[in-house]
Amino acid sequence: MSSTTVMSSATLIEQLAGIEPGSALAQALSTRAEIMRLSQASHDAVLVPKEPGGLSHGLRAALAARMARQNADLALVAHYEACLARTGEVEAVPLSEPERQRIAAILRHADMLTLSPRDATRADIETLKAAGVEEADIVRLAELAAFVNYQIRVLAGLKVLRGTR
Amino acid sequence: MSNVVHAFTSTVPVWSPYVTPVDLASATPEQMAAMQVTPSNKGVSKYVLTLAHDPESLAVRSPLFNLIMYGKDGLSSAERELGAVGASVVNRCIYCAAVHASRFNGLTKRPEVIEAIFKDELEAKIAPREQAIFDFSARLSTTPSQLVQDDADALRKAGLDELEMLDLVLSSAIFGWANRLMHTLGEPLEP
Repeated sequence: MSSTTVMSSATLIEQLAGIEPGSALAQALSTRAEIMRLSQASHDAVLVPKEPGGLSHGLRAALAARMARQNADLALVAHYEACLARTGEVEAVPLSEPERQRIAAILRHADMLTLSPRDATRADIETLKAAGVEEADIVRLAELAAFVNYQIRVLAGLKVLRGTR
Repeated sequence: MSNVVHAFTSTVPVWSPYVTPVDLASATPEQMAAMQVTPSNKGVSKYVLTLAHDPESLAVRSPLFNLIMYGKDGLSSAERELGAVGASVVNRCIYCAAVHASRFNGLTKRPEVIEAIFKDELEAKIAPREQAIFDFSARLSTTPSQLVQDDADALRKAGLDELEMLDLVLSSAIFGWANRLMHTLGEPLEP
């Protein structure tokens, strides 16, 4: 396999982590290649699922970009903003009042999932249901936030592991 | 009706969802595949039935979780469980903390480590190598952007090699995921 092939098959986490080729950390990552591959598959499952339900691909990318920004990971923000641009859902469109309320509830919940998941209670889920968010979409939203917060932590961890001697 | 568990414990509670789980009898073929339901395996937990609302995520997350927690070489199983406990304490996921504390206890036969953590949480004082692992996991789980070089250097000083450090990042991070499902989509009840 040529080095070009290796580069082009690198997963998003590996691309963004800036690991020095041939380093001990690069070797450790190659030992965990299947974990990196499944992390990429998880990214695709939450960002561009075949069955997006009530969370469009554009909304998912916009939420992911917001979560990355809330964690000060600007390279990841840029990635999700590029994903958002690719969906074509970038024009402001007028929303009906029920749809505006549904999106507002999703946004509030996404912020809680990212910033203070320990404070979650049954009331948060009741609020989503009352705002018209379907139960399947509540699970989809949790998976999206959970994945992005996992990805943010893997990247933050790799960043400090990179510098240890 | 059972009581909700609010304090950390190594007795595993019963998880009860806030949303209606998928009904196994009316699950789609894709949901059945994601839940790994086979003729010989029909025991599906409420947690898995709840996550089956999003079969595409569930289908990839299960093997990812298993590889991170139970894959060979690298960080010991007990120390991966300690990473899971660190994240679960930060995110106050009582259910995840209980499951992984009980696994840690089963592997190490040293319940005093978990007792110290459940008593003093992030202020807990434990043996040096386990302290470095627990503290790193807690720091990564709280505010990842505030992680600094000293945090990783502390792992190196405690004797972890590259693969062990990577496994700790992964086992802590995957609980940034698991806690956000388990703790936000349901609650732990007394068994």
